[in-house]
Amino acid sequence: MTRAVRIIWLRDLIRFVGDPTRIMAWLIQPLLFLFVLGTGLQTLSSRSTHGVRLTTFMFPGVVCMVLVYSAMFSAASVVWDRELGFLRELLIAPISRSSIVVGKCLGGTTIAASQGLIVLALAGLVHVPYSPILLLAVFGLQVLVAFAITGFGVMVATTIKQAQTFTNVMQMLVIPMLFLSGALYPISNLPAWLGVLSRLNPLTYAVDPMRRLVFDRLNVSVSARHALSPGVSWWGWHVPVLLEISMIAVLGVVSIAVADHKFARPD
Amino acid sequence: MKAIEVTRLRKHYGEVEAVRDVSFDVAAGEVFGFLGPNGAGKTTTINMLCTLAAPTSGSATVGGFDVVTHRDDVRHNIGLVFQDPTVDGYLTGEQNLRLHAGLYGMDRDVIPARIRQVLDMVELWDRRTAKVFSYSGGMRRRLEIARGLMHTPRVLFLDEPTIGLDPQTRRTIWSYISALQEAAGITVFMTTHYMEEAELCDRVAIMDRGEIVALDTPAALKASVGVDHLDDVFIHYTGSAIRDGVADPVGAANQALMRAMQRGRK
Ligand SMILES: Nc1ncnc2c1ncn2[C@@H]1O[C@H](COP(=O)(O)OP(=O)(O)OP(=O)(O)O)[C@@H](O)[C@H]1O
Ligand SMILES: [Mg+2]
Repeated sequence: MTRAVRIIWLRDLIRFVGDPTRIMAWLIQPLLFLFVLGTGLQTLSSRSTHGVRLTTFMFPGVVCMVLVYSAMFSAASVVWDRELGFLRELLIAPISRSSIVVGKCLGGTTIAASQGLIVLALAGLVHVPYSPILLLAVFGLQVLVAFAITGFGVMVATTIKQAQTFTNVMQMLVIPMLFLSGALYPISNLPAWLGVLSRLNPLTYAVDPMRRLVFDRLNVSVSARHALSPGVSWWGWHVPVLLEISMIAVLGVVSIAVADHKFARPD
Repeated sequence: MKAIEVTRLRKHYGEVEAVRDVSFDVAAGEVFGFLGPNGAGKTTTINMLCTLAAPTSGSATVGGFDVVTHRDDVRHNIGLVFQDPTVDGYLTGEQNLRLHAGLYGMDRDVIPARIRQVLDMVELWDRRTAKVFSYSGGMRRRLEIARGLMHTPRVLFLDEPTIGLDPQTRRTIWSYISALQEAAGITVFMTTHYMEEAELCDRVAIMDRGEIVALDTPAALKASVGVDHLDDVFIHYTGSAIRDGVADPVGAANQALMRAMQRGRK
């Protein structure tokens, strides 16, 4: 099991390292989200952010956006492997099907989390302090979130077998998930119906703890903190960070279990 | 000992009876040809023998191991070259082989020499560091054959290994097959639509609509029908109507289109 997992993980890394265009995208995407999207939106709002730079506010959100895109890309490779035939090489090898699912998830997690590191490296440029504790905590959270989202993507990939359909479904899932997660703007003052959707959105519980970690280290007014990082509440009850993190972990584990179950069935 | 024993094997896909009650044996070291019109059930049979599809009923052993109850033992003992490509185009030829060696748990010490050996055999050693998507169709096929042999299997399944290849490459692939059989005593189970290749097999089975309709040496088959060419034997047993076309014209057209698209993507 561990040998096969390692081999499948390694294959994803070798493919990644051997693909210059993908590495380019991997490098540029964080810059794009943070400095083009962030700076662009900043021109609209300075009053509503209580003096906090929008790029600073968006920093934890950008971390999550980068993780989501990277994880989904990795999950898509499961569908492509099926469509291009390579999956059969894995399916007839003397390895368990679970190790294919786990190996794929770890490969996606590694690549996504490493891309998250690029965003972390940019922290200073958006006035997030390079505090070792902060960076370490955010990185740990990144690994967990990357794992959960890759697992989720792989689960979808075991259900949808055509690459074209998978891409469409992912677009349909990813964009609303990002828009309703608080990655780009606070979700505490949304109209009720959007508020409900944002609370149902798993990504919300990834963005919030990450933003809280960052805001804990920022020197901002109470009103800014209240407006920009209010946390998530359910019917007035403040959801603790630990519960949020546990939910993300559960999402990952359940997704992988479902993916494994679907994948284990022979034709 | 028998390399393959098949007893009353069936496979249904919903309403479609792809394989109906098929029984046959393949002796160790034999080159066994598996012929039949499109949709006859050849690939489905191979999928069951290589543990990729579960039989609806019946049983089969490969290398002495049951394909349902001893899946991993079967897998260690077989090499496969599928009808459609299954190499990873984003990896180099050598990386594809390394990956395969890892998946089969090969001993690290023997891997480099074995890679050299199989790549030399299919004449791809010089191209080993090029990504596979830069290979031609024939080179990919040869790489798949090399990969199928990496872990020194006792039974090699080849599903239309020479499809879409030029005569030179086809001849080369046949020279590998003969060399393998002579040197390593490998059992070869192959499907083909080329009758001149079927002539080279020790024995040939003709499958039609999921059943085996004839099984013997090429010479005996020709003698029993009273013709000079295997083509005529084939037509004698399977008729002259196009199978996929008559039963399901739209499905067949779609299938042809899908295959053409897959080829175009290479
Ligand atoms: N996964 C599947 N689901 C449903 N039907 C299938 C499946 N696989 C094969 N079949 C059907 O089973 C029958 C036998 O198909 P198979 O691929 O075994 O034929 P074949 O002899 O290999 O043909 P060809 O020479 O065209 O490769 C066909 O009617 C095919 O449509
Ligand atoms: Mg076939």
